[in-house]
Amino acid sequence: MNPVAEYFGDIYRGLRTATIGMRITFKHLFTRAVTIQYPTVKMKLPERARNRLYVNMDDCIGCDQCAMACPVDCIQIETIKSTPEDNLGTTSTGQKKRLHVPVFDIDIAKCCYCGLCVYPCPTECIKMTDVYEFSEFDRHSLIYSFSTMTPAEIETAKMKAKKMEEEAAAKKAAAAAAAKAAAEAKAAAPAVPVPPAPPAAPQQQKPE
Amino acid sequence: MEQYLTSHFGDTIWVHILMGVPPLVFILLYALVVIYLEMKMAAHMQDRLAYMRTGWHGLLQPIADMLKLLQKEDTIPAAADKFLFLLAPYVVFIGTYAAFAALPFGSAYIGSGINVGVFYILAISSLVVVGLLMAGWASNNKWSLFGALRSAAQIVSYEIPSALAILAVVMMAGTMNLQELSAMQTGGIGHWMILGGSLPLAKKLIAVPLMLILFLIYYVSSMAEVNRTPFDIPEAESELVQGYNTEYSGMKFAIFYLAEYANLFAVSAIVTVLFFGGWASPFASLMTGPWWSAFWFVTKGMFFVSLNIWLRWTLPRFRVDQLMYMSWKVLTPFALACVVGLGLLLVW
Repeated sequence: MNPVAEYFGDIYRGLRTATIGMRITFKHLFTRAVTIQYPTVKMKLPERARNRLYVNMDDCIGCDQCAMACPVDCIQIETIKSTPEDNLGTTSTGQKKRLHVPVFDIDIAKCCYCGLCVYPCPTECIKMTDVYEFSEFDRHSLIYSFSTMTPAEIETAKMKAKKMEEEAAAKKAAAAAAAKAAAEAKAAAPAVPVPPAPPAAPQQQKPE
Repeated sequence: MEQYLTSHFGDTIWVHILMGVPPLVFILLYALVVIYLEMKMAAHMQDRLAYMRTGWHGLLQPIADMLKLLQKEDTIPAAADKFLFLLAPYVVFIGTYAAFAALPFGSAYIGSGINVGVFYILAISSLVVVGLLMAGWASNNKWSLFGALRSAAQIVSYEIPSALAILAVVMMAGTMNLQELSAMQTGGIGHWMILGGSLPLAKKLIAVPLMLILFLIYYVSSMAEVNRTPFDIPEAESELVQGYNTEYSGMKFAIFYLAEYANLFAVSAIVTVLFFGGWASPFASLMTGPWWSAFWFVTKGMFFVSLNIWLRWTLPRFRVDQLMYMSWKVLTPFALACVVGLGLLLVW
């Protein structure tokens, strides 16, 4: 290319492109801003957004399936068996509640928001909410306790469960003794003694 | 104004001190406005909103910024040349503030009606370069020094085309006093220098394109002189942290910024006086008088400041070699050609 033409061409192009750019920025000066004024105005979250977990304890049957599903073990559940005379009511799905749940802790700091705990829940009581502003100054404040039981209630539930177990164990021992006596009475010489069944331990999750 | 003050106080030092107050007050108020304007324009050009929390649409943000800067710790690097480090921001600001002395804020006020007007402004604003070099050198930081060196190289190169453009206008007007230059351009938009001033019509037709080119040359080189994008290589954030003022904090940093924005208004004001009638009203005898003339001067100045901001948020930064190419191979020859052309036109 002719150097003179190139020189003037460059100048022309420089001026032209500058005006093109200025036209674009001028147009944008009057287009609507895309900014969302965050704390006052919030973006609508997608329908199935996964954020903070919530447990509706009225529906929880203490089945521990969510804790099993959790890949980071952030859910800790402890249960106490209820006695037949206790009526814990039914869940909203019509399932009968058989276990007290004195401990239902979720360490939301560990939670990875995978949502895997939500699917196995038979009563749909654990779910992801759209709350995402829950920062804390202390890490321990991020352990959420959902259990609604008071310490006194827990104590009585424990006592009752223990009593029931003892009664059951005594009954079993008595039955075993009776069976043994009967067997001995039959005088079958090399009688194998029936070992008493071990008392059923209450289903418990060990603390991490 | 000077006569009025002299009649009241006599010919004392107080008159001169009081004469110096309006530009200072103007600079401080203008800085608040222009910071807000710049941030808002920048944001809206990028489809954002900028300040929204302090006051209505963030109107109080510049004041909040100022208060923050006042409270900031004033750090001095251990290895810095303390004397020069402390002196530099004031040298820069004085260089800028002194330029305001020869700017005619309306028909009734000019800080100093000296006959060397524009020449004085050209000379005194070179003090800014000294200040920048001082700041860069005294910081004892390689980025600061690079910034200062680039800044000096840039300002020195661009002073040539800008001085030539000014020379052409001065040739046409026959005066360097900005007050007289503005007074010459009263009587409507047709008398403005960009439209050939008071030349006869036939000569105007030839003068207008020349003046347009001279205006572009002066405007571009004045942008380079105030170190603003696309000519912001002295403070190129991505390369040099922040250039010469990297090590400054608190009020000293604020003074650098104040000087930069004041300088921006000074060059915009020179553009208005040289090409767009200064404080002269565009409607002949309509809206004239001392207050109106001050209004026109500030409005026109702010228009060119906005234009500068607009350009800043449009164009990307130059490379150093492109910068030098532009100054020496494009602006300077064109300015020379225009000066010669205009000279021939005037003697013809």
